[in-house]
Amino acid sequence: MKPGRTQLARALGAYPTLLRVGLSEVVAYRAEFVVWILTTNMPFVMLAIWHAVASDGPVGRFGRGDFVAYYLGGWIIRLLTSTWMVWELSTAIRDGSLSSRLLRPIHPLFAFSAEHLAALPMRLLVVSPVMVVLLASAGRRLAIFDPIFDPRVAAIFLASLVGAWLLIFFTMVLLGSLAFFLESALGVFELWLALHSILSGYLIPQEFLPGWLAAVARRSPFDSMLAFPLETLLGLRDVHVALGDLAVQWTWVGAMVAAGLAVFERGVRRYMAFGG
Amino acid sequence: MASVGAMQYRADFWLKGLMSLVWTGVALVPLVSVFHQRATVRGWTFPEALVVVGCFSFMKGVLEGAISPSLTSVVEHVRKGTLDFLLLKPVDAQFLVSTAKFEPWRVMDLVGALGVFGIAFTRLGHPPPWRGVLLAAALLLVATLVLYSLWILVVSASFWVVKVDNLSYLFGSLFDAGRWPISVFRGALWFAFTFVFPLALMTTYPAMALLGRLGPAVALGALGGGVVFAALSRAVWRRALGYYTSASS
Repeated sequence: MKPGRTQLARALGAYPTLLRVGLSEVVAYRAEFVVWILTTNMPFVMLAIWHAVASDGPVGRFGRGDFVAYYLGGWIIRLLTSTWMVWELSTAIRDGSLSSRLLRPIHPLFAFSAEHLAALPMRLLVVSPVMVVLLASAGRRLAIFDPIFDPRVAAIFLASLVGAWLLIFFTMVLLGSLAFFLESALGVFELWLALHSILSGYLIPQEFLPGWLAAVARRSPFDSMLAFPLETLLGLRDVHVALGDLAVQWTWVGAMVAAGLAVFERGVRRYMAFGG
Repeated sequence: MASVGAMQYRADFWLKGLMSLVWTGVALVPLVSVFHQRATVRGWTFPEALVVVGCFSFMKGVLEGAISPSLTSVVEHVRKGTLDFLLLKPVDAQFLVSTAKFEPWRVMDLVGALGVFGIAFTRLGHPPPWRGVLLAAALLLVATLVLYSLWILVVSASFWVVKVDNLSYLFGSLFDAGRWPISVFRGALWFAFTFVFPLALMTTYPAMALLGRLGPAVALGALGGGVVFAALSRAVWRRALGYYTSASS
């Protein structure tokens, strides 16, 4: 057996344990977790605003109920796919605690990914009441509950969630690894966050952005991170469009995995040189 | 002293100042998009809503330039137990902790606010009435006091529950809702943003004053309420200090 394969096998073997450790960490810091969830209140504020706007009739393709479905759905997808990797990675690089992670027989990114996946059950628990509200108030607007149900839509939606998680995770790896080279890596992250909130459809449905900006948003990788899964779920993108977008999303995933790993590995080599 | 500390890093000043301006621009995108769909939203036209955004940028600059940095460091002091060194000094502790740190590049937020006011009043076609400007200045002053008092309450909480640094993120994210006129909110959100976390006082009322639309009753109520609130938070701070157990005791 080649050494590369044993390494991977060992890492996969350790994965369940890593997930368990991660889960108990989330449970231990539950108060912080709840506060973090509360900070993602922006979609609800935007929902209140569009509700006021749509009081005298639908806005484009959106009636009041559609806005409810859009923002609740967007919030749920965001919580299930986002990670706080940037802070952890850049802190680990700056205060040197990355060294101990590098010493372990498992790739540090592998361990990080387990920590974040382990938080998912807890996040599901938090979003489940909102899911109930979403289904009760706007269930019939969701494409997966369409009377002429198309299993392809459900499959595309699930694949798009996995794709969004991977894309966001490796973007965070890339941005966090900038801390190897830059003082103000978190500043770059802030810029990314600003672009994300506008272009991904998180704050405003892309179709309501000013024309040229909507075109930019639709072609940017931010589309794959939120707008594509969300609009597929709501049936705003039909099967053929969604299939094309799925291909685009996984192309972005491939590119970002390569870029994230490359920058991380380069950074680690540089980091070793300093740490001695 | 504190601002001299930050001014040493001149490149940082310009970079972060630039970021502040970018953020002001980004913050305008949702507003532009909403008013692209409708000429008025709950009685507010686009230029009038811009005045609210101007007040928001101004208060954001005050919050992140003068209030948050100092008070974030208090939380750190409480956790490490180094607040002792401040308490030993013969100056009032609340004054000392509140003036520990400034972030001068946030001046750019104020520049951004002036720019937004400029655009808004050019579109409205008339300058704000001078009495409105005076009233708005008074309201913004009280709003600063209230914002500061709210922060003092958050910091006071750190004496009981030590880990509140992510409460500051929550604070910031709630504050973001202040860029919208208060009347777009209904029910629970309206109540919360008027009385509990008084965003109305911080952004909508000063804007209405600038537009000459604020009644004297609301203005007086807001000013009086703000002062009472500040006194209350001062009392809570003093009580909270009694719960502080230092590193040595």
